[in-house]
Amino acid sequence: MHVEEKFTHETWPASPEKATLEAKNKFLGFWFFLGGETVLFASLFATYLALKDRVPNTHQALAKDLFELPLTFTATMLLLTSSLTSVYAMYHMKNFAFKKMLLWLGLTVLLGFGFLGLEIYEFNHYVHAFHHTFTSSAFGSAFYTLVGFHGAHVAFGLLWIITLMARNAKRGLNLYNAPKFYVASLYWHFIDVVWVFIFTVVYLMGMVG
Amino acid sequence: MANHQLNSGNPRVDIEYRRKKNAEDMRYQIVSFSLMMFLTLIAFAAVAIKGFEATFIKPFIILLAAVQVIFQLYYFMHMNHKGHEAPKLFLYGGVTVGFTIILTFTTIIWW
Repeated sequence: MHVEEKFTHETWPASPEKATLEAKNKFLGFWFFLGGETVLFASLFATYLALKDRVPNTHQALAKDLFELPLTFTATMLLLTSSLTSVYAMYHMKNFAFKKMLLWLGLTVLLGFGFLGLEIYEFNHYVHAFHHTFTSSAFGSAFYTLVGFHGAHVAFGLLWIITLMARNAKRGLNLYNAPKFYVASLYWHFIDVVWVFIFTVVYLMGMVG
Repeated sequence: MANHQLNSGNPRVDIEYRRKKNAEDMRYQIVSFSLMMFLTLIAFAAVAIKGFEATFIKPFIILLAAVQVIFQLYYFMHMNHKGHEAPKLFLYGGVTVGFTIILTFTTIIWW
């Protein structure tokens, strides 16, 4: 079994994401990276928690003035659903159904763009309606760094998945690209894992006060 | 590397077995997705329904988030599958360091 080999439904391995040595290395290396990402986001969460609502004067908006349930809820639903659609994509990858995998990845990308659009609207709203900016307060810096870092991960994930889809559109599935798709989907799930803590710790706990 | 699934000598039989196994796996994914949706709804409802104490809501929704993340990691990211010992080591290593950072920042820093 080598990377350039042509496969059929019958010869396609059960765990294509770990079928070659390169795939195994990729799998291991990527989880190591995710361990590091966990530390990165944890330190950003810690900074946010330490600086939440730390504003220089009483005119500045606090967390409970800024956040609104409907927007956060919609963003959460979009991202959570996109996590499921990428699970579907990997299901079809394991069944050697390339077209179906691309379809579900396409859906994932659309939902991801929806989420990113909402976030851009949200930041724009905070800046213009509340003058809550990156430099207006320690709270603002911590908020935009944490949520913005997550948003940047979403943007990077979208670029990554789109590039993989475009680069391999004519190639079809093989052991060269199956691990790449698998690792990209892991990244996408990890983005959702971080978002679960963001909507809980930043938005919901912010609204509670 | 041997394709260890093709061991009955009849690829057709193996394909059907694997398809069934993948479909079964997918059913668990849907169940865990429904649970994650459910936990999210409870967390949002707990905040939307004004009437609970903040001292109750905060630990409650953090617990819901932790449970949801476990589903995400073990089902969506396949950590319940075999061969995930190293990923567990890396992830829990990161979680341990990360938890210490959060604990430090929320207890030692005051203004």
